[in-house]
Amino acid sequence: MTRSQSPERKESPNRTPSRTGMRLIVPLQGVVQGRGGLILGSLIPCALFYFLQFYLKRHRSQPRQRSASAANLPDLQRSSSRANLLARGSTVRAHVSARASPVAKPNDSPYYIGLDRLREDPYDEAANPEGVIQLGLAENRLSLDIIEAWLSRNLTGSMLGVGSDALGLTRLAAYQPMDGLMAFKVAMADFMTEVMGRTVPFDPSRLVLTSGATPAVEILSFCLADQGNAFLVPAPYYPGFDRDIKWRAGVELIPVHCRHCDNFTLNKLALEQAFNQARKRGQKVRGILISNPSNPVGNILNRDMMYDLLDFAKTRNIHIISDEIFAGSTYGDEEFVSMAEIVDLEDIDKDRVHIIYGLSKDFSIPGFRVGAIYTYNENVLAAARKLTRFSSVSTPTQQLLISMLSDKQFTLDYIKINRQRLRMMYDLFVAGLRELGLECAKSSGGLYCWVNMSSLMSTYSDKRELELWDKLLNEAKINVTPGSACHCIEPGWFRFCFTTLSEKDIPVVIERIRRVVKSFKPSV
Amino acid sequence: MELVLRNQEQVLSKIATSDGHGENSAYFDGWKAYDSDPYNPVNNPDGVIQMGLSENQLSFDLVQEWVLSHPEASLCTPEGAREFKDIAIFQDYHGLQEFRNAVARFMERVRGNRAVFDPDRIVMSGGATGAQETLTFCLADPGDAILVPTPYYPGNDRDLTWRTRVCLFPVICDSSNGFKITREGVESAYYKAQDSNLRVKGLLINNPSNPLGTVLDRETLTECLRFTQDKNIHLICDEIYSATVFRQPGFVSIAEIMQENLSRCDPNLVHIVYSLSKDLGFPGFRVGILYSYNDAVVTTARKMSSFGLVSTQTQRLIASMLSDESFVEMFLQESTRRLGTRHRMMSKALAQVGIGSLRGNAGLYGWMDLRRLLKAPTFEAEMELWHVIIDDVKINVSPGASFHCSEPGWFRVCFANMDEETMVVALYRICKFVVHNKESPENVDRRKPCQRRSKLEISVSFRRLKDELLMTPRSAMVQVKE
Repeated sequence: MTRSQSPERKESPNRTPSRTGMRLIVPLQGVVQGRGGLILGSLIPCALFYFLQFYLKRHRSQPRQRSASAANLPDLQRSSSRANLLARGSTVRAHVSARASPVAKPNDSPYYIGLDRLREDPYDEAANPEGVIQLGLAENRLSLDIIEAWLSRNLTGSMLGVGSDALGLTRLAAYQPMDGLMAFKVAMADFMTEVMGRTVPFDPSRLVLTSGATPAVEILSFCLADQGNAFLVPAPYYPGFDRDIKWRAGVELIPVHCRHCDNFTLNKLALEQAFNQARKRGQKVRGILISNPSNPVGNILNRDMMYDLLDFAKTRNIHIISDEIFAGSTYGDEEFVSMAEIVDLEDIDKDRVHIIYGLSKDFSIPGFRVGAIYTYNENVLAAARKLTRFSSVSTPTQQLLISMLSDKQFTLDYIKINRQRLRMMYDLFVAGLRELGLECAKSSGGLYCWVNMSSLMSTYSDKRELELWDKLLNEAKINVTPGSACHCIEPGWFRFCFTTLSEKDIPVVIERIRRVVKSFKPSV
Repeated sequence: MELVLRNQEQVLSKIATSDGHGENSAYFDGWKAYDSDPYNPVNNPDGVIQMGLSENQLSFDLVQEWVLSHPEASLCTPEGAREFKDIAIFQDYHGLQEFRNAVARFMERVRGNRAVFDPDRIVMSGGATGAQETLTFCLADPGDAILVPTPYYPGNDRDLTWRTRVCLFPVICDSSNGFKITREGVESAYYKAQDSNLRVKGLLINNPSNPLGTVLDRETLTECLRFTQDKNIHLICDEIYSATVFRQPGFVSIAEIMQENLSRCDPNLVHIVYSLSKDLGFPGFRVGILYSYNDAVVTTARKMSSFGLVSTQTQRLIASMLSDESFVEMFLQESTRRLGTRHRMMSKALAQVGIGSLRGNAGLYGWMDLRRLLKAPTFEAEMELWHVIIDDVKINVSPGASFHCSEPGWFRVCFANMDEETMVVALYRICKFVVHNKESPENVDRRKPCQRRSKLEISVSFRRLKDELLMTPRSAMVQVKE
């Protein structure tokens, strides 16, 4: 640099630039030749090293955008972090904390916008036949009548507790365990054993009960990772994870993209790549979060993949969180295998495996708020137990459910009939979609199907996907979840939940979708 | 490299491995003593009596009676089961409208209809614990500070700081003025915090106070409001004991002060934390309420309430119960009457043996002054005394140090978490202990060097004392034996 300039500068009266250059080059040369002495020999390389790190750090500010996807698609969810930056620079007196500002902003994810829209204009066959039909919330309304029937058959004083423990009302003398009454843990453990196929007995003492699976996921995040650390998560994934893991625990989610060609199953190579890229960026990965059966696709992890995951976690010394909340909602031919079964069989590395469960999906009672963390790790158990004070299950609800879940015949019948009904609805719905030329990914569980609507998009982009979603919501009046809300890397996929419908609603829904499909493809 | 080294070790977070939960504090030693040797009048009459648990068990029979006579309120009855489907599937974080309406109305009733609460500002949470934590997440960032007058409920250390990583900065109050909060005290703490490079985000006050058992008067509340407005920091009012005020002066809520000063203050800085655990006596319901005058806080906290929603079955039950105006009226009156009676019983018994307590009119506990029983005015002496009380007297009371009290010798003793018989036994034990161990009795004449040898032995017949304790105030007649 200086050398090329020095011929010109030789003519200038000021000889300093060339001398400056020489002052720099000679010592460097000296250092290289080993003549610089200890101070120069260590100072200059240190200074260079420091400036290199500084440079790298500054250019590391948008890691996810560069490495997350090859297609370089804009990610909707990232707008929340942009909003955070805006909030910081805002001149308005900030009354909420910096970490609450992004949460305070109106929901910009289609997942939440759809739910809000539905709240304003919900479909009712009689009262509001033109309202928005809910296909965007994974709740199961197919089998509530079975539970209601049980209630009317079994309404004895025992639940309400005439003369005895009414709704847990007298259970006050002793300090109540925040992580659930033992009797309730026993009932939950038995139910889980049943639901997961009776292949592994669940131990009540490893259960920590919480008010829903949402706090269960958050509590695990707080226990397994520090703020700024990350979990790897196969994408597409349940949009709620962004809330559960990022908002307050401050743990990042690194998507490991799954593709249609693999039927959206986890690819080992992609997992390795994601982990290595995170490490290069300096992001500490503390665990992998899998959902099995998966949400939103509905596929089930096979045994081989589970062994691979365990190996992967072991070699990298990270945790596995297995969200098995849909374990009882399987309807396909594939066999569901719980992570607990694998760990139990092999007796390997139990300390790194943690399972999430709850009664919201399989037992259709999301309102009652019952979630569970099942872990083999004593330290996690101890910490999680203390954390449940912020999210405990209501005692009267526990009392009611102890009675319900202890009726083994009832739970067996319920699980069986529920599965049959799920299968029936799935078949009907998928057949209806097929008539319209829409195919679904192969799935065996969950309360939804993963539909490929890319044929309706003029270009293969997130923008077109959102336009299609908007059309479906505002013209067809159905609330579905677009793949981008689930961080799906391939545009055009939508999650349709069919368990909020009754059989007679299906033709109504299909007809509405047909209207939209026709507007794109008149031949249908 | 690092992977091989850590292969054997499962790495957990700092939160999981730290002491932020506070359960290693001395506060819990008493609990452990109780758990290992709990009092039972029949099976274990020499066991430890729990007087460290601030729960209201005096009136749960009223609630129980209501529940049994209103089967339609519970889902598990033929009358109620019809609603099961809709209730079980409802998971909207706004909560049932009827629930919010009923809670707002109840809060108004507790304040003598002097304040108005908007049901749309009511946000659910997992108990008051969850409400405190959520509010802290909303108002403060990691490293920020919240001022808290001492002595304060030890749970605050956990609820406001453990996961939020916010810190609590004490506002020292002492017995010279009955532990009242003063503007000078708050200001001094505020500037001290700032000098320590802490960003103060709010002031947390507890009204009625735990552990003091007193209510904040209008002037103090107004001063706190003014101060926080001046400094543009938040005012968080924990009013969880609002319906436990059993004697004059009555309860004044920050909501009333707000209403009177609406034009002069910024409502965005005022928030109320509430719960039904203490007033109704049912901690198991896990009903925490966050009420904020700040729209952004309401929106944010409501979204965060997904982490601690109240079971819809419970919402339904509470909505029905609290909408029954005549029941609420009767309950509030009867509950406070029972609390007052029990409190009187305790203070009289203690007074008879020269134990003073802070003149309280609310809460489920008394703030006992045992300074005279300390060997020295130090916290070590307090801890020593406490261990004697647990191990010899077999009572679990809570030492002032666990409440961050600045003066040693104060103890919180709960009176509402047991039946009357147990209370009598507990009081008898305390009185006997005090009488045997008085270092400096009221009678100055007895302060002799050979005090020990001339120590009076007061023998009180159990039956006599029981009669005394249960009757209305009369001077105690004790048999004195030399």
